[in-house]
Amino acid sequence: MGINILTLCYLIASVTYILGLKMLSNPATARRGNLIAAGGMTLAILATIFLYEYDGGLRLHNYAWIFGGIFIGGLIGTLTARKVHMTAMPELVSLFNGMGGACAALISIVEFDHLFHENKIDAAFFSDKTDGGMYLIIVAGAIIGSVSFAGSVVAWGKLSGKVKDLSFRGQHIANLVVLLMTISAAFFAFHANVRHANIPFFVTVLLALIYGILFVLPIGGADMPVVISLLNSFTGVAAACGGFLYDNKAMLTGGILVGAAGTLLTILMCKAMNRSLKNVLIGSFGATAVHTTVTQPQGAYKEISIGDAAMLMNYAHKVMIVPGYGLAVAQAQHACHELEKLLTDKGVEVKYAIHPVAGRMPGHMNVLLAEADVSYDNLLEMEQANEEFPSTDVVLVLGANDVVNPAAKNDPSSPIYGMPILDVEAAKTCIVNKRSMKPGYAGIENDLFFRPKTSMLFGDAKKVLQDLIAEIKTL
Amino acid sequence: MQNILTWISDHQQMIYIVILMIFLGIEVIGRVPSVLHTPLMSGANAIHGVVIIGAIIVMGKAESGNYVALGLGFLAVVLGTLNVVGGFVVTDRMLEMFKKKK
Repeated sequence: MGINILTLCYLIASVTYILGLKMLSNPATARRGNLIAAGGMTLAILATIFLYEYDGGLRLHNYAWIFGGIFIGGLIGTLTARKVHMTAMPELVSLFNGMGGACAALISIVEFDHLFHENKIDAAFFSDKTDGGMYLIIVAGAIIGSVSFAGSVVAWGKLSGKVKDLSFRGQHIANLVVLLMTISAAFFAFHANVRHANIPFFVTVLLALIYGILFVLPIGGADMPVVISLLNSFTGVAAACGGFLYDNKAMLTGGILVGAAGTLLTILMCKAMNRSLKNVLIGSFGATAVHTTVTQPQGAYKEISIGDAAMLMNYAHKVMIVPGYGLAVAQAQHACHELEKLLTDKGVEVKYAIHPVAGRMPGHMNVLLAEADVSYDNLLEMEQANEEFPSTDVVLVLGANDVVNPAAKNDPSSPIYGMPILDVEAAKTCIVNKRSMKPGYAGIENDLFFRPKTSMLFGDAKKVLQDLIAEIKTL
Repeated sequence: MQNILTWISDHQQMIYIVILMIFLGIEVIGRVPSVLHTPLMSGANAIHGVVIIGAIIVMGKAESGNYVALGLGFLAVVLGTLNVVGGFVVTDRMLEMFKKKK
């Protein structure tokens, strides 16, 4: 009886994941979709704790440990998720993703331990005694989970500024070698003396962790959204391995669903940047960028004062704001909305041009601006915005760099050549707010800053916006 | 070879689910507007937290003397819960900001 109810609960949970993901795809239903998926998850967890049976009728025990773990994890999870600033969301998602990966890897380690102690490993891969398929799934879960864990932690460290980019010559080859070693170590467990099959297994896990670190380390800022999305789908697959292991449909559905969806999302992001997934995986972005920039000479740029910038915007018909990571770092979204309201009250048409990969995650800017109550209708996607630039008087670029770099259109030697950009040059004037002339996170020089139509407005985005607001109020 | 085929037919139900879910996952995501990409990634992140079920099973099956399984299982439960709870709460916080504007 109990086991049948469990099956029903898993069925309901699986449906809620699908429904949840579907509802997340529409702004009107997204929040409800998230809650429905969360409800399904709660049901699946409670049903597992109280109804799961194994070895023909044995119930789970160690309730104190289980509830203790859930209590600790739940408390820390809720507190961090509630307290974190909107700007730090991407690194938090990355960190939570890493926790899921670690969880999957730990499950595989414990299950391998069972297999090992029950002497179910010997040289014959598929036989009555050894279940090779089971071993492959355990190893896959361990490798993918470990890569996802180590990679996510590095991505978290990078986004929060704790870890710097690191690349050295021959890094692709080193990465490939580590990956091959990981896979060979996994198979070596079957050919080694059965007594010591656990040694190659733990070497596999260790190598997978190293691979995860090496895999993310050289990848620069512009690629971070892609990497997080990819690691997200990795964890999905690792969770699905657990589903196979326990013949558990809820884990399998949830894991594969996220694995497939995450992979598609990753590919969509790569397309927006005109790069192949292979290129991102091998991680050549950071390395080539450094070499190409040094040789380019810096031209002359002109600065604009707050007063002049305020004057320009006040008497414009149409102003387009291009937000980037600089806006997020400065927490300037509220000031930005205030400027927008002020200008709108004065009869200026104000819109936002959002590049699909602006910020550190796709949709990062939308979330930030939504937090500041900016109306959904004023956010233009790239194609729309590019159509409107020619009729725009002033473009205000707030801490965006690579997404407005004309090199993507006309410099075939640039690492971002071919990436669709926001064509801000089509507007009459362009004011760029940056903290300094230093190149953006991707390390590429931006020609836009030296164009005659462009003027630079240096300073922290929030401070500059507040000064602009004060100045416009006096006009 | 024979054994591999047997393994596949033993697990055919699971394999069917995997294949169907791959297509379903792609279909469901295909229609998402780019503004919702971040919440979607975060929501998907919470859903793969379902791996916690595996952690609970490991924990619940562990014999009281097996400290490896107990310790690692406990850690897995904590991390899995972090993933699930943190993921859903973060997603909810993001989506809270997409409320319909009057």
